[in-house]
Amino acid sequence: MDRRRPKHLVLILAREFASNLATPTLIVDEEGRLIFFNDAAEALFGRSYAEVGEVPIDEFTAGFKPRTKESQPLPPERRPARIALDERRAAHERFMITSADGVDREISVTGFPLFAHADEFVGIMTIFWRE
Amino acid sequence: MATPGPSTVICGGNTSCVEVSLDNGSVIVLDAGTGIRDLGEELVERGTRRIHLFLTHLHLDHVEGLRFFAPLWDGQVRVDVWGPPSTVLSLEETIARTFSPPLFPIDLGDVPAQVTFRDVPREPWTVDGALVTAALVVHPGPTVGYRIEADGSSIAYLPDHEPALTGIEERSSDWISGAAIAQGVDVLLHDAQYFEEEYDQRIGWGHSSVSDAVAYAQALGVRRIVLFHHEPHHSDEILSGLEDRAQALVRPDEDRAALAREGMVVELPRGIGETSLVAGAVRRHSRCFAKPS
Repeated sequence: MDRRRPKHLVLILAREFASNLATPTLIVDEEGRLIFFNDAAEALFGRSYAEVGEVPIDEFTAGFKPRTKESQPLPPERRPARIALDERRAAHERFMITSADGVDREISVTGFPLFAHADEFVGIMTIFWRE
Repeated sequence: MATPGPSTVICGGNTSCVEVSLDNGSVIVLDAGTGIRDLGEELVERGTRRIHLFLTHLHLDHVEGLRFFAPLWDGQVRVDVWGPPSTVLSLEETIARTFSPPLFPIDLGDVPAQVTFRDVPREPWTVDGALVTAALVVHPGPTVGYRIEADGSSIAYLPDHEPALTGIEERSSDWISGAAIAQGVDVLLHDAQYFEEEYDQRIGWGHSSVSDAVAYAQALGVRRIVLFHHEPHHSDEILSGLEDRAQALVRPDEDRAALAREGMVVELPRGIGETSLVAGAVRRHSRCFAKPS
């Protein structure tokens, strides 16, 4: 039997919501671990969540070389997922990535925190908008 | 809603209320449906002065008996009421709405008993030697389930729950609603309001089919499931058919599923220590009586 720590209901509901979205969406827990991405994200990243599993979000996103239009690495303080995790506020940014098929793409990313109660932070959702 | 009458004399017609008693004499009451009225009178007879009342949520069928809970009208009794916080109102403020004019002639603040209202903690906590865990579960509005453990025995209470909405069999257990409550318990009291064909017409209403209830218990390694929160339109005869359906679904190596009946007592396996839990289910939407073992 799987003995991983049970997920908070808000994360379970977020996964159900994301599973039914056609927009690439990631869910990250409060400790910064990627815990789910949907089929639409699978098409963008070229790997299924089952292949990736639970990994630190920074480790996962590093593989896509997030960078500015000027090809400078996108610093953590500008990455919406990091901002949502560290500062617990919504953030939006447009930047370049290299997706799994080797194609450079400009994308917009929105990250926002998930609070079960005003003082109970349980994780974040990150949505990728194709430009 | 309560459904007393000739068609529910076997399973009972009260709404949700369960008593869990510990060997040390402590009394834990789960929900305050109409079954709590009879229980309250019994607690008065026993001379119980300290009661822990755990509310899963504030839908009327889980709180409508509170105003007629006899211990509340005794100034020598202390009642700690636990429940899920709302994002807008405190537990006390929400309950006070149904415990004041025009819905009731007396204000909550005028109740003689020493009543305190507490939001359920986010981490497990101890109540009179029992370890209690509460967690939000899938049901409309803020709703929690409870897990109570003492000396190696455990009981879980999820009377209003629709885990199929977010997945059961196709999910790893950490992604199943209420896993922190039900995983591996000795006894699970779980919502089984509908037959499968009824559920198909009521998806999203917050309740489970009997097959989903059994699947949920199996996915989380529950030893025994008690089918709870009976559909008000179901007579004793129909409920008997629901129990048959559940028993046909359980694996041969499992304890059989049982239908909650008013006055039912479930004794949990004794742990190493001196305390064990005893729960009795009550009738129709079940009230569970507790008896010291």
